[in-house]
Order: sequence, then C-alpha cells, then structure tokens
Amino acid sequence: MAAQPHGLIATFDTVPDVYHAAEKVRDAGYKFWDCITPLPIHGLDKAMGVKRSSVPKFSLAGGIIGFATGMSMIWFMNAFDYPLVVGGKPYFSPMFAFPVSYELTILICAFATIGGMFFLNRLPMHYHPVLKHDNIHRAMDDRFFIVIEARDPKFDGARTRALLEKAGGKDIKELEA
Amino acid sequence: MAAAAPSAGHAGPAILNEVKPAELPRAVLVENNRSFTWITDKICGIIEGKTPTWWWVCFIVACFVASFTVAGLTYLVATGVGVWGHANPVNWAWDIVNFVFWIGIGHAGTLISAILCLLRQKWRTSINRAAEAMTIFAVVCAGIFPVFHVGRVWFAWYLFPIPNSNYIWQNFRSPLEWDVFAVSTYGTVSVLFWYVGLIPDLATLRDRFLASGNKLRSWIYGLFAMGWRGSNRHWSNYEMAYLILAGISTPLVLSVHTIVSFDFAVSLIPGWHTTIFPPYFVAGAIFSGFGMVLTLMLPLRGIYKLEDLITQYHIDCMCKITLATGTMVGYAYAMEFFIAWYSANPYEGFAFINRAFGPYAWAYWIMITCNVITPQFFWFKKVRQNTALVWVLSIFVNVGMWFERFVIIATSLARDFLPSSWGYYSPSIVEIFTFFGTFGVFSVLFLLFIRFLPIMPMAELKAVTPQADVHSGHDHHSS
Repeated sequence: MAAQPHGLIATFDTVPDVYHAAEKVRDAGYKFWDCITPLPIHGLDKAMGVKRSSVPKFSLAGGIIGFATGMSMIWFMNAFDYPLVVGGKPYFSPMFAFPVSYELTILICAFATIGGMFFLNRLPMHYHPVLKHDNIHRAMDDRFFIVIEARDPKFDGARTRALLEKAGGKDIKELEA
Repeated sequence: MAAAAPSAGHAGPAILNEVKPAELPRAVLVENNRSFTWITDKICGIIEGKTPTWWWVCFIVACFVASFTVAGLTYLVATGVGVWGHANPVNWAWDIVNFVFWIGIGHAGTLISAILCLLRQKWRTSINRAAEAMTIFAVVCAGIFPVFHVGRVWFAWYLFPIPNSNYIWQNFRSPLEWDVFAVSTYGTVSVLFWYVGLIPDLATLRDRFLASGNKLRSWIYGLFAMGWRGSNRHWSNYEMAYLILAGISTPLVLSVHTIVSFDFAVSLIPGWHTTIFPPYFVAGAIFSGFGMVLTLMLPLRGIYKLEDLITQYHIDCMCKITLATGTMVGYAYAMEFFIAWYSANPYEGFAFINRAFGPYAWAYWIMITCNVITPQFFWFKKVRQNTALVWVLSIFVNVGMWFERFVIIATSLARDFLPSSWGYYSPSIVEIFTFFGTFGVFSVLFLLFIRFLPIMPMAELKAVTPQADVHSGHDHHSS
C-alpha cells in the first residue's frame, strides 16, 4: 500500500468562502485541520474554533525574568560585588535601578514573545507537506486553502472530500506526506 | 440569526438592537479597489524587476557621502577625540546632538508600528514597514556617535556589564548607563519587531522566486521566512505576538527618549535641569521622525507609483501628526521660558534669555522658524495636497529638530555659572565630515532595503482591503 497521504487540500477563492467553509469543517468535528491564508483573517479563529493564543504566557514570564534580572544584576554589581561610593548615593536603590530594569523587562519580554510564537507554531519548519502543493504559491498571494489531515480520527477519504466539496472547495487534492 | 430573541450571550438593553447608527464615511486605505494579486505584484515587482538606473546613481552617491563618516572616524581613531571641536566648557557637542537627532528620527517608526497599531489606525499599514526600516537605520547612525565619542573606541565594550580585568562594574546610578540599555534595547526590539512583520512577506517572495525558477533567491528568502506557510493556527499566535510587541514597544519608545532626556535633565546645568524634558523630547522625537517619514515616503510614492497605497489620506494623517507634535514642541519652548521666569532662579532665567539673544541666537531662531512656524502650514488642506510643498516642509522639520538639540546642548554649556569659564563652540571639519557622512550611511541602508525587501507589509495591506472582510459581498450575517 502506498504511504498514507498527509491529507486533503481544497482551494477557495474569497475570504467569505473560506470563512464559511471553516465553520462547516469545525462543526463536522475535525481536530487536525487548518486554513492556509495569505493574510490574517479577522474572525477566522472563531470560525475554526481555535483557542486564544498562549503567547502572552511566554511574554509575562519573559517580562518578569527581565525585571528580576535587572534589579538583581544592579544590586549585585553596585552593592555586593564591588560597592563603590559615587556622589554620596546609596549602593542600591530600586529608584536608580528602575530604568535599566525596565528596559530589560521589555528586552527579555520581546525575545520571549517571539520565541514563544516560534515555539507554539513549531517554526522554523522548512519542510512541510502543504508546501508541496502545486498551487501553494497562491496561498501567499490571493488564494485560500483548507487542509484536513489524514491523522484526524474523523478523516475518511471519500466523506472528507464530500464535506470539502459541499463547503465550496475547488480543486480538491490529496497531499502526499 | 441573533435578531429575534435576546439571547443570554448578548447583554444590554433590547433597544440597542433597533438602533441603527448613521453610516460614517471611512477613508479608503487602498484606492481603486485593488485586488490581492495587484498588491502582491506591485510590491514584489519592485524587488523582482531590474535594478533601476536611478537606484544605482543614488547608491553610488550615498556610498560616496558615507565615505565621509568613514574618513572622519578613521582620522578620529588614529588621532584622538581632540580632533573634534569640543573644549572646556563645551564638552558635549555635535556628538550628542547628532546622537539625539538620529535617535529621535527613529521614534516615528516605532510610533507608527506600535502606537498606531494599538490605536487601530489602519492607515499605518502602508507606511509602517519603511518607517520601521528608517528606525533601525537611524539607530545605527545614532549609535556611531556615543561609541566613538568615548575616544578609545576599542574599549566601548566597557559600557556593557561584562566582567573585565579591573573587576569594577558600571555605575548604574548614572543616566548615561541607563542610556546604554535604553538604546541597545530599542535597537534590538526594533529589529525583532521589523523581522516578525517581514516573515509572511518573505514567504511570499520565497514562493514567487521558486515559481519563477530563481532557486538561490528563493532559498535565501525562504531561510528567513522560517518555513512560514500561512497557516491560520500560526496566524493566531503571530497576531498575538505582534500585538504584544506593539504593546511593549509603546512604553519602550516613550522610555527611550525619556532616558535620553535624563542625560540632561538629571544634571544641574541651567536650561537642562527641567522636568519638562522627558515629554518634550518625546514629542520632538515624533515630530522629527514624521518629518523624516514624509521626506522618504513621498519620493518613493512618486517613483514606484504607489498612489493607490499611500493615498492623500495617508499624507493628511502624517501632516496632521507633524502639526500636532510640532505645536507641542512650540508649547514646550514657551513653557520653558515661563518656568524660567516663574522659578525666579537667576541662572535659569539667564540661560533662556541667552538662548534667544546670546551668541547662539542664530541657531535658536532657525529652530523656532523650522519647528514652530513650519508645521503650522499643515493646517491648510491646500498645503497638505501639494506633495512637493509637503516634502520641502518636511526637510525644514528635519533641520529644525537638529538645531533644537544643538541649541539645548551648546547654549547651556557655553554659558554656565561662572563667566570666567564661558566659551563658544564651533565644530571642526572632522565633526562636520562625520555627521554629513551619516546621511550617506542611512541612505545606503535604506536603498538596500527598498531594493531587497518588500517596502510595504503585503499581508497587512491585504487585511485592510474590503475583500478581507469575512462578510464582504454578503448582506446577511450568519453566526
């Protein structure tokens, strides 16, 4: 038997088409499927039933780490490891340590946000079955696709194809893994 | 349909269902109802087409101008900071003036990309990529000055808390050390923000170059596109990350120029030691940055025929922000004078009288003319619609903001407390070379940017067109 295909891919021409089709696929109860769009479509997350992103958790952790790093670094350097009197000011005070800690909060938060986004998206992933579709360059231009993966428990070659057809999908093809 | 029964999900009085708000006309962000493909072809076409002759001419001129910075810095490093015109009492001059000037320019980029994103100002989409690029290149130019003014530039790493053989650490009680963190964070986060915005567009270029058979360029763009494939599950995280980056860049951009102003405000010099400095510097930075955005975008719009994407509405918006921030700067100048008088501090009072009528009065009045009077022209629609005039006025804004920094820094130092230590500062030719050349450095980087990277965020532009609405072409709302 030939290798199991990655799944089925259907093409849609407009934003409303893919949006309404996504609602149908969601309601049919599929789990492992995706919309491929050239632009972020407002409201498509809800139509797909995608949960709110977890990126903010990474950002919060990054921000806290950044602030704590700043404060403790300055305390360690100016008050503990090499205390030095400058202008009669205290060795450590959260006041003068604040600007640098604030900047580090933002710096580490930015790295954590982007790192978290890449991690959650499993990127970089330079190889993916979807990228082998003949017409996939249109996905970065003006076409919309829905991919239903074969590993989905509800996946069934004929029935899934029928669902995509009914939802208005054109040019439905099997994607090789 | 949610029309009939007041469902549990919809809180609020039932009357709201019957209220039909008046339709407000919304400015069109992409004119002539352009399609998605048109946007892709237009922006990618700039990169895929043959290198235009004007580009080479500009590039060669820019490289020549940039060589002045190289020459100035080489001479400086080979000889010593004495080759600059600084001497007691003016120990800070063009180096910090140029640093603050360039950092300020960068601020409009972050303002457009971050603050306008949070405020849901959709018109930002067509200018934000180029403005962010401008930010990064401006920070590069700004960074040259503090790094080289330390004199022995090979010790510039002493600015960062890296263990060294003296076992002594940086003094975190100094605003100058805060500045190191503020500017390096600003540069880094600006690059990250810019890069995240570029990822989907790089994927577009990757696929287009692959389709046209240019494997090498496809591979290079693909490497940086990180395997982006437009998955909506990715977009969901991506949009969240972008929003958070906008959210943290907003306090960042405000803090950077605040900390830059602390370099002055925390000192005791009359004319510097004022609490108005942080907001005044931030307003000035945004003012100068929008001046530079106009200076850069108007020629690009003309050359690449981008009138459908940068519409009159965009120019109006930019002019109005320039007007608003320019007026804030004018207000700050007036308020500084008022406080100097109201504080009844003779040194403070003298510092401001001296600014307007002392040895640097010429610089002061150039500043007032360019920063307070120039933007007032933007009240008039006729002026805003005259692209050439807007461009000329934007140059005046750039000039005026450079003079603002010069006036603040040079006048206060040249006339401090003791008349016996008064002086007059003029730049040396080495400083002039170094500063002049930074415009070349900036132009070289910007030209490379418009040649090799999409100058507008295609994905975001598509998202603000009417076709991107999930209900477009449908009268009914299905839920």
